[in-house]
Amino acid sequence: MTESTLLSVEDVIVDLPTPRGNLRAVDHVDLTVGAGRTLGVVGESGCGKTMLSRAILQLLPKKAKLSGRVMFDGQDLLQLSPEKLRKLRGRSLAVVFQDPMTSLNPVLTIGTQLIETLQEHLELDMVAATKRSIELLAAVGIPAPEQRLMQYPHQLSGGMRQRVAIAIALSCEPKLLIADEPTTALDVTIQAQILDLLAREQRRRHMAMILITHDLGVVAGRTDEVAVMYAGRVVERAPTPALFKKMRMPYTEALLAALPKIDAAPHTPLPAISGRPPDPTRPLKGCSFSPRCRYAWAQCHVEKPRLEEADSPGHQFACFRPIDASASAGA
Amino acid sequence: MMQQALPAVSNDPLLDVDNLVVEYPVGNKIVHAVSGVSLQIARGETLGLVGESGCGKSTLGRAVLQLRRPVSGRVLFDGQDLTAMQGDTLRLMRQRVQLIFQDPIASLNPRRRIGDIIAEPLIISGVKDAAKRQQLVDEALSAVGLDPALVVGRLPHEFSGGQCQRICIARALVLNPEFIVCDEPVSALDVSIRAQILNLLEEMKARYGLTLLFIAHDLAVVKAVSDRVAVMYLGRLCEVGPSEQLFAKPAHPYTALLIEAIPVPDPDVRPAETVPVGEPPSPISPPSGCRFRTRCPRSDQRCSDEVPELRAVASGQFVACHHPLI
Repeated sequence: MTESTLLSVEDVIVDLPTPRGNLRAVDHVDLTVGAGRTLGVVGESGCGKTMLSRAILQLLPKKAKLSGRVMFDGQDLLQLSPEKLRKLRGRSLAVVFQDPMTSLNPVLTIGTQLIETLQEHLELDMVAATKRSIELLAAVGIPAPEQRLMQYPHQLSGGMRQRVAIAIALSCEPKLLIADEPTTALDVTIQAQILDLLAREQRRRHMAMILITHDLGVVAGRTDEVAVMYAGRVVERAPTPALFKKMRMPYTEALLAALPKIDAAPHTPLPAISGRPPDPTRPLKGCSFSPRCRYAWAQCHVEKPRLEEADSPGHQFACFRPIDASASAGA
Repeated sequence: MMQQALPAVSNDPLLDVDNLVVEYPVGNKIVHAVSGVSLQIARGETLGLVGESGCGKSTLGRAVLQLRRPVSGRVLFDGQDLTAMQGDTLRLMRQRVQLIFQDPIASLNPRRRIGDIIAEPLIISGVKDAAKRQQLVDEALSAVGLDPALVVGRLPHEFSGGQCQRICIARALVLNPEFIVCDEPVSALDVSIRAQILNLLEEMKARYGLTLLFIAHDLAVVKAVSDRVAVMYLGRLCEVGPSEQLFAKPAHPYTALLIEAIPVPDPDVRPAETVPVGEPPSPISPPSGCRFRTRCPRSDQRCSDEVPELRAVASGQFVACHHPLI
């Protein structure tokens, strides 16, 4: 897709042992993110999108088993020593989580947390780090940044806390920012502000971003490429405009159809997806979506479809019964 | 407190909330959660109530049911004032009104079996015949699409979030209520499950002839199920109107900005550039005059001096704004 690939995830598998047996959270996932590009990862709870981001960051639970390769900026992250990884995380690989209250330390001031990051990774002295912290807080839209440095996370609103988390993530000019549901805990007006902020800072810094969300609406206007995940696998992947124009995987179509539309008349019944996602400790032989899919036929229940190229560049889908392109193109 | 008057929408509303005020003490300060809200819900109608966190929408829902006693104002349910009721009278009245919460798993007792959870309201309301209770529980579970034989003996943790919400809906329906307050019933659920539950609520409403107050922060969800929508900001109503009309032609700048801020699943639609600036002020010290003025692009001196009253701008549409968009 792009001339320079920053991140490539190759055949990554994450297995979690549970009392009920092995849970395959991420199942043979391949992804790439080019420098300065935005990849949206969309899926419902339990589809493996957060585990995938944790696999990239090497922040998986201790018991998890990870296999595959994660190449970031020329290095295989799975081969790095814990010390080298720690240097990399926060410096060139940063993350913003869903709940800023749990990612910020409640007993340290905003200033301490920002300055600590800057001193650790950029080796700035106290004066320079403080000055830079104030600039960063101002850049993420926090009023009166000098005073905020002295405040604790609980003194800020949810939106403000997320701005602080973004300021910390951006502080060392990372090459890749992973934003895992960064606005899910926020109100819709604040969500729009935070997404705008992320987009603006990303353009300004030519930073790559993985935006993980359950909301197709969030990825539509704000990503270059989208990967749709279901039951641990990427089931469709395409440049964002191509995906929305010509969905091939029935799950993607069903997910979009199930969203209440703001321009639909009240009391329009929603085309709900029947049933629920499969139990990840009891993997299905065939396509994981087949029990809920209205197009499924015999083959879908016994064989797993592989991710294959569609006719348009960069568009892949895993389905034996893809939606007819000519039928949906006019829709 | 200034009154937000609202002309009658029906001669015989099931619910008539009149100038309701709810306040919470926090330390030595007071949170003005609901500040003089009036609204009516006709029999068989769904009124959607939208607003951002902290705007007082849940408090309003709870105050309607007297789970939080209002400081002043009246709540007439079928002509009777709930705020004046106490003890047994109120308990008897509560059989006709129910509540469904946001977190379906947290609102079920983890140690009790589903059959007992759903039978409990029947026991409280004095249905002494166990066979009769069993029959009503089975009916309610079947209505929400669960097989009673497979469900009654199990515990809540054996079910997914969507199934737990079905169980909560069954529990709300078992007393055959007339009115249900749904407080963010689908916001904890995934998209594919959310659609199932919204459809189920619509079916139940038709089947049981329910009247609903549907509280949510998601405008698209609210529009999908509501006949009319009320928009709330910092304890006061900004705008009330028929769903279609309100979304097509919002009169309050806040409603317009809320609609614009919704992410649209279409890459050709550029994200809005006029999202409201800043964050809602604290309900401990709300701004004078119009409470939205600190974030409003149209505000002027009059907005800080004078509280805007709800007034009609179109048929059935009311707005509390000095500079409405229509």
